Amino acid sequence: MTAPATLPLPGEALAPTRNVRDRIGDRLLAGLTAAAAGVSVLIIALIVWRVVDGAWPAIRLFHLGFLWHNAWNPVTSQFGARDFVIGTIVTSFGAVLIAGPLSIAIGLFLSELAPRSVRGPIGTLVEMLAAVPSVVVGLWGIYVLAPFSAHHLQPFLSSFLGWIPIFAHGGDEVESTVFTAILVLTIMIIPITASICRDLFLGVPTELEEGAIGLGATRWEMVRTVVVPSVRGGVVAAVILGLGRALGEAIAVTQVIGNFIPLQPSIFEPGDTIASRLANQYAGAVSNTQVASLIYLALILLVITFVTNLAAQRVVKRFELQRTGGGS
Amino acid sequence: MSAPASTVGLRLKATGRNRRRLVVNTIAEGVATAAACAAVLILAIVVWSVFSRGVHALTWDLFTKGPAVFGQTGGGIAPAFAGSLLLVALATLMALPFGVLAAIYVSEFAPKPVAAQVRLWLDVLNGFPSIVIGIFVFALMIKTKLPVLGWGHHQSALAGAFGLAVIMLPLVSRAAMEVLNLVPAHQREASYALGVSKWQTVLRVVLPASLGGILTGTTLAIARAAGETAPLLFTCAISGTLVDWNPTHSVASIPLTIFTYSEAPDPQSHAQAWAAAFVLIAFILLSSLTARFLFERSRRKLGMAA
Repeated sequence: MTAPATLPLPGEALAPTRNVRDRIGDRLLAGLTAAAAGVSVLIIALIVWRVVDGAWPAIRLFHLGFLWHNAWNPVTSQFGARDFVIGTIVTSFGAVLIAGPLSIAIGLFLSELAPRSVRGPIGTLVEMLAAVPSVVVGLWGIYVLAPFSAHHLQPFLSSFLGWIPIFAHGGDEVESTVFTAILVLTIMIIPITASICRDLFLGVPTELEEGAIGLGATRWEMVRTVVVPSVRGGVVAAVILGLGRALGEAIAVTQVIGNFIPLQPSIFEPGDTIASRLANQYAGAVSNTQVASLIYLALILLVITFVTNLAAQRVVKRFELQRTGGGS
Repeated sequence: MSAPASTVGLRLKATGRNRRRLVVNTIAEGVATAAACAAVLILAIVVWSVFSRGVHALTWDLFTKGPAVFGQTGGGIAPAFAGSLLLVALATLMALPFGVLAAIYVSEFAPKPVAAQVRLWLDVLNGFPSIVIGIFVFALMIKTKLPVLGWGHHQSALAGAFGLAVIMLPLVSRAAMEVLNLVPAHQREASYALGVSKWQTVLRVVLPASLGGILTGTTLAIARAAGETAPLLFTCAISGTLVDWNPTHSVASIPLTIFTYSEAPDPQSHAQAWAAAFVLIAFILLSSLTARFLFERSRRKLGMAA
């Protein structure tokens, strides 16, 4: 029983007799790593500070009215963000509307339907789609997707839906359109959302699934009543993360959208987004006001994506709490 | 006598409500399968288009020569290859130490709430659009006029690499955290039991065990950074026609070359853009596939040790 006294635990009990090198080493490594973590987090503060600071001349000049004012005229120094904000929202939500259901379906295929031998390879291929750089997706968008979309998809869709103004077709076969941008964004967010969905569905306890099957449910009924409801929050978060990616994508969008304002009522016409305008103007800023206005645009984008990402984190956290609460 | 058999046959077929349930189920399974096939098909189409268009322009000159003088044919994009190498190497040098040290802090030293906060903010940083990172570095450059960041024409490989490093940092760090967490607790305890101090344990036991995972995480981050265009637009977009290894100069890069060539009027530029895209995509897909394969293996090894 006296053994513990002669053999104390590492740490505090041994501290007085430990040699100086170890005491310094522990402090040093803890301090060094803490500093690195601090710097990594402080980068965010630096980004926010620098972007706000750079945008300040434009903020003072245009105030919040920048958001709903519509102009981009370097000659008269009139700048506003309205059409870019609308363009960003239209393209991102359009992409999420297509990619969301598709991603959930892919997630379901990979987790519930696919034979085990197919699951791994197809899952990897879907994730590889996310690794294709946006500039390559954009290049492909210009020369492969846009012509196909202009000559086949857009006339086809507007022959059915042309009576709705946003699907109206001007008669010309335009290649650089908001619609093409939506398609490109869809391709870019599917792998992100789909792989998160797959992981969520795989995490659903097998007993629950077997219970549903045992009660005579078909696979689809099992998915609808057990699998999807038990991870609903996670699926919402996955879709929001995809939305965040779509909102901020600059390069691929600027390559296919046509960079045109004022806003057109139809999505089969050229348009522009915040990120795309930023990417497009990289060499062309002539005045300080224009530079500040560009940085103001970046600030708006920063706020939008920041809120979107925090919302996704919140949903995940609440969902996790709910789950652990319900499980215990 | 055959009548009962046929009624039995009829009984076995689902009718009415059940039939509808089965049809709905088949449709749902078909839609899910079709969606997965579509995603794989799109990847195949993208890779095939890049391959079939890029392979013709893949000449030795592409890797060894600078861009042709205006009006002449031939030439290559050697400065872009060199520039991308330089940019990614510098970015890795900046991001790797911070990312790994921050991960060690979170998994070995930090109190739980602090660790959760660091993880949350790294995720937030990961969610920032890359174009905003580019604008941030640009705003940093025009305001501070640091000699390193803005030498000559204000743009430099260092500035571009800094932008790429900000993108790599959360990727490296989160991957490192994941691997460090997989190192079994009994390995640390065994080290403590031998009287080894904490810092020695971290550096000699925990870090070597997770080194493979950290390296593969870094490879994935490098693959991502190599394809990033947006952070370079405002920070490292001006370039000459010669191979340039000076980090204080603005250098050419593969993604930016693809971006500018894709919108150039000259068809020869298009061919070179496709060739560059082919090299880029081959590098990215091969390195990330290898990295993921190794990651899985090292994870399994760590998992088995646990």
